[in-house]
Amino acid sequence: MSVRTPLPHDSAPLHVTGRARYVDDIPTPATCLHLAFGMAQIAHGRITSMDLDAVRSAQGVVQVIAGSDLDEIPDCSPSAEDEPLLSDGTIHYLGQPVFLVAATSHLAARRAVTLAKITYEEATPLLTIDAALEANSRFEDGPRVYEKGDVDQALSSAAHVIEGRIEMGGQEHFYLEGQAAMAMPQDNGDMIVHSSTQHPTEIQHKVAHALHLPMNGVRVETRRMGGGFGGKESQGNHLAIACALIAHRTGLPAKMRYDRDDDFMITGKRHDFRIDYRVGVNDEGRIAGAEFTQMTRCGWALDLSLPVADRAMLHADNAYHLPAARITSHRLRTHTQSATAFRGFGGPQGVVGIERVMDHIAHALGLDPLQVRQRNYYDDAFGAGVAQGGLSAPPGPPEDISGTKKAGTAHKLSSGTGASKRFGGAHSPEPMAGGAQTTPYHMEVTDFLLNGLTEKLATDCDYAARKAAIAEWNAGQPVLKKGIALTPVKFGISFTLTHLNQAGALVHVYADGSVHMNHGGTEMGQGLNQKVAQVAADRFGISPDMVKITATDTGKVPNTSATAASSGSDLNGMAVKAACDTIRDRMAEYLATEHQVKPHQVRFADGMVHVGAEEIPFAEAANRVYMGRVSLSATGYYKTPDIEWDRIAGRGRPFFYFAQGAACSEVVIDTLTGENRILRTDILHDAGSSLNPAIDIGQIEGGFVQGAGWLTTEELVWDETGRLRTHAPSTYKIPACSDRPRIFNVALWDAPNPAETIYRSKAVGEPPLMLGISVWSALADAVSACGPNYPDLQAPATAEAVLAAVARARG
Amino acid sequence: MSKIHVTTKVNGDEVEYLCEPRETLLDCLRDHLDLTGAKEGCGTGDCGACSVTMDGRLVCSCLVLGAEAQGKEIATIEGMAEDGALHPLQRKFIEHAALQCGICTPGILVAAKSLLEKNPDPTETEMRYWLAGNLCRCTGYDKIIRAVMDAAAEMREAS
Ligand code: FES
Ligand code: FES
Repeated sequence: MSVRTPLPHDSAPLHVTGRARYVDDIPTPATCLHLAFGMAQIAHGRITSMDLDAVRSAQGVVQVIAGSDLDEIPDCSPSAEDEPLLSDGTIHYLGQPVFLVAATSHLAARRAVTLAKITYEEATPLLTIDAALEANSRFEDGPRVYEKGDVDQALSSAAHVIEGRIEMGGQEHFYLEGQAAMAMPQDNGDMIVHSSTQHPTEIQHKVAHALHLPMNGVRVETRRMGGGFGGKESQGNHLAIACALIAHRTGLPAKMRYDRDDDFMITGKRHDFRIDYRVGVNDEGRIAGAEFTQMTRCGWALDLSLPVADRAMLHADNAYHLPAARITSHRLRTHTQSATAFRGFGGPQGVVGIERVMDHIAHALGLDPLQVRQRNYYDDAFGAGVAQGGLSAPPGPPEDISGTKKAGTAHKLSSGTGASKRFGGAHSPEPMAGGAQTTPYHMEVTDFLLNGLTEKLATDCDYAARKAAIAEWNAGQPVLKKGIALTPVKFGISFTLTHLNQAGALVHVYADGSVHMNHGGTEMGQGLNQKVAQVAADRFGISPDMVKITATDTGKVPNTSATAASSGSDLNGMAVKAACDTIRDRMAEYLATEHQVKPHQVRFADGMVHVGAEEIPFAEAANRVYMGRVSLSATGYYKTPDIEWDRIAGRGRPFFYFAQGAACSEVVIDTLTGENRILRTDILHDAGSSLNPAIDIGQIEGGFVQGAGWLTTEELVWDETGRLRTHAPSTYKIPACSDRPRIFNVALWDAPNPAETIYRSKAVGEPPLMLGISVWSALADAVSACGPNYPDLQAPATAEAVLAAVARARG
Repeated sequence: MSKIHVTTKVNGDEVEYLCEPRETLLDCLRDHLDLTGAKEGCGTGDCGACSVTMDGRLVCSCLVLGAEAQGKEIATIEGMAEDGALHPLQRKFIEHAALQCGICTPGILVAAKSLLEKNPDPTETEMRYWLAGNLCRCTGYDKIIRAVMDAAAEMREAS
């Protein structure tokens, strides 16, 4: 069986030999033009004059275009049509593209850009949350509010009310491959675009729009990205459109890649947030009511800010049952880069809010933070505690995860057209006695498993004993202080824009038994293609190397959603399965008739097709079926069942299920400098029945480190003119090899997803990022050891921030 | 602008190219010699994606001018597998799943090989600090370290 095996990434042999091609590695025709943007040097105002003569006459320059040269400036936005490719005269942020240069080389284009003479009439930019609030500069008419129960009553009758504020910075994606695209004009005016994008369909749509072509005039191909993390969901639009525009005007191929500094200056980042909180708790630290006010800088354009801010609200509870809650969200418009999708999509910011509250409660009441967390957890789904993963040996899955209903055999799959609305209800067990607990958006939580998981992790990593040992160690240390924290994550899986939860696939079986597979998902390193190929191989009972993985291509699978929201394998795996099953059923039927047996007596396993008592090699079977004039090509389609969501009312069931996990991190800080190190991290994470444990563990490790980076060393600094001062790896510090925890144990909580997903696996792309919060929380714990006061550690907890918090703790 | 004629050895083969005085070795490898294994992650010497060796010394090819390669010996990822047989580091990277998007992989392999040539038995700490100039945004580094340590052990045994 090919699923659930830790096979290496399909491109690994190419990666290690340097032969894996990324967009910039595709051989270009000699005539190819290379593009660069000229960028605004002020954050807000108007262009009063633009002299581009020197740019035009620079060596190698072929064409220069300003917004005013175009009858219609193409739009680059994913939704609101508010992002002109080039400024229309108004400047919205420092770094905004104002003109476009096409030259014979990348270097020539970049050098020419610097020769522009532009004058501006400057206006005061809105750069901060406070400035935007004061000017009432926001998206949507007012704040969104989700509410459950009587919060004011809960707060006024609580034994203790704890309030505070947490500010958390944004995060640059720093995909190691910068944004890149290439457009090749075709003989009939059509366009082929190679793009490093998570969303080929959107590139197709936007390029078609820009060139006034129907969508069938544009084909977009994405073989692989050198990292995406959400930063290539919408931010690649500008490059693809610019290339297509130049290719269209000149008839020559055009390529564009951002230099790293330009990439920092032009593209959006993770939304930074300020969260104000007020919670009412009893003496045990149990929350009766919680109020969160989330404020975020969305930057100059809407981009994906609404669903990002929604997701932050939807994760304001994280793993904790809030009997009463009010979450208010302000989406502020500022003169900065347009903040965009980044792994977790707002979820991490919401989670940091309540994890901070847990630590604050523990500090205020003198309780152990883990105990406070556990007291506030949702109840485990009945039977969830049976599932036992472990840091050493993951034992077998439980029989019946839903507890109230027979979950069906975990391995039995629908033969699937995806048309069925429900898969037997295993994912939605009957309500518990007295009704299940609900989230602040009124969704019942029926698949919670963090009580058992946390208990297991705490035991395996020896939390209690280490916590005591640390306290003792700290007492004898004047300079260094250690801290430890165990934090959970519960992350909702599905796009909150319900219609995006669909996917398509195209599968061919050739007469020699080899399989060609295509689906709408894109490969950015997460191993999606490998996982999905394993699904296809399993359906046909053949070895995965018989399945050819090909570039994502809008000409093969149309109308796809972005590879985002961790949905890649959930959606595309199901769509590929549906396509394979259609072909398999046709083969079975033909062979059954041929052998005068029933179709269900035809089995596909071990490279063979078993027809009654006879065994035929798969290749021969394929050939026979072909000779019998039966189609061996099929499309597959899938849509996620059982989700519905009203984002204005804040009610419904936006998620198909929750992916969960927990991490325990131990850190040490130097109280004289604020410097710090992660000493040890233990992770237990729920990937359902993992499709590929090697790939999933890789996602968990990478996500954790990226999350820890966000909350510690990765600091974005804009100066008072709105210029981003941290615009290269020299000034923006992502984790390096030397920052990795000294001891790093990662294990899967290996239990099938009660929701009927592909082979009962769970999405694993985004959730582990939030495991990094354990590092930040451990740093806060270490700082707390320095003195009696609340240290009020903010994020990112840079060495400077840690040092300041040490001073506050000491008072 | 007059171009400079450069003759150099890349992965054992004598090659020549014409480059502009300001072109980097990275651009020359990629654009003139079609060796796209070395990548540009930053262009400022901070990410290591462009790592190659020049006369045996590990360098960021984005910080070396193409003209400086005159008469030197350059080794890139493309020359790491010999006669189609993967280097132990390459094999271990596949085995340990030490890569995701893979774009940092060539640079890390070149850097790791260069360390092991100097020091066949590095401690884990030495290894981590040696590779600290090679950024990877995907993996979190754990599997990279394991793969390198494992390859080092295997190479010591074999020698
Ligand atoms: S590209 Fe040379 S070090 Fe980053
Ligand atoms: S694997 Fe993507 S940057 Fe290292």
